[in-house]
Amino acid sequence: MTNNSTTDQSSLPLGEMSEGQRGNLHNYILGIADNSLILGQRLGELCGHGPSLETDIAGTNISLDLFGQVRSYFQYAAQVSGDDTVTEDTLAFMRIEREYKNVLLVEQPNTDFGYTIVRQFLFDAYHLLFLRELEKSTDETLSAIAKKSIKEVSYHWRFSSDWIRRLGDGTSESHERVQEAVTDLWMYTDELFHQTEADQAMIAEGIGVDTSKLKDIYYKMISDVLEEATLEIPVGKYFHKGGKQGIHSEHMGYILSDMQYMQRTFPNMEW
Amino acid sequence: MSDKKNWPLWEIFVRSKNGLEHRHFGSLHASDAEMALENARDVYTRRSEGVSIWVVESSHITASNPEHNGELFEPAADKVYRHPTFYDLPDEVKHM
Repeated sequence: MTNNSTTDQSSLPLGEMSEGQRGNLHNYILGIADNSLILGQRLGELCGHGPSLETDIAGTNISLDLFGQVRSYFQYAAQVSGDDTVTEDTLAFMRIEREYKNVLLVEQPNTDFGYTIVRQFLFDAYHLLFLRELEKSTDETLSAIAKKSIKEVSYHWRFSSDWIRRLGDGTSESHERVQEAVTDLWMYTDELFHQTEADQAMIAEGIGVDTSKLKDIYYKMISDVLEEATLEIPVGKYFHKGGKQGIHSEHMGYILSDMQYMQRTFPNMEW
Repeated sequence: MSDKKNWPLWEIFVRSKNGLEHRHFGSLHASDAEMALENARDVYTRRSEGVSIWVVESSHITASNPEHNGELFEPAADKVYRHPTFYDLPDEVKHM
């Protein structure tokens, strides 16, 4: 997309938005950021516990990439909220479970290296497709964040899809375990394409990404890798949903109690 | 790969932004060259240390034996005249 900010191509300045528009934009940004926040937290849990020094540091790097992106989104969301008491930190640490809008996929536990890689793989494919579209957003801030993040996420995708091939086409044990993870986590993929009210409002404004158009490409993208990895593509038709509306799985409370502990115990602490 | 439990060791060479040549940065484990490259990227260039990476399996490096240090290196120790430091250089020659 050309950088043309002089025409009505560009979205409204914040000051000219109605309350409703602001609210939708705010929720839309949180919807994007919370996926990265919770996945980053999950990967962070593995810091020092990776199967090898090299994969440990790779996971931590990805986690830090995601947190970096989250900060940009939250700083913008804080600005959009128009409320001085809202900061990137309050958005990250002071919300209650029902206010987080991440998909269920990213909160699933680090059961083993296979699950960690499959969760990453299923998310990275979506994340990359999503950001490529978000780069074309009429919202300049979101477009800029997307542009910066694409390089990072391209590497995440390279890392996770490479490991899917290695594990799937590796030993009989690695094949079996990674297949189990694929079959298990498959039911969380459809939710990536569900649209909330904020999503639909933002698509209508040219700000948001119409994820329904990404669905076919997404399943093709991951199926190609799974086939190459000699893995079976699950045929399950039942999919879980709810995370985007704040209805999370039983894992979410544990993640938050860990993640929010310091801010809840020592409010406004800094370090 | 013959040994699936123990990944072979790789030596990592990185060229930094301003450096002209690749320097030895360290070593790591990986099952093949492609993985060694990715691991090297994560282990050694995450603080933007480099712009190019070489990896070579450690077993492909032939090293001199420390036991032979005497015959290999000591004969050079008392031959300072092999350094070109005994010439009088004209002042006009700045960079030698």
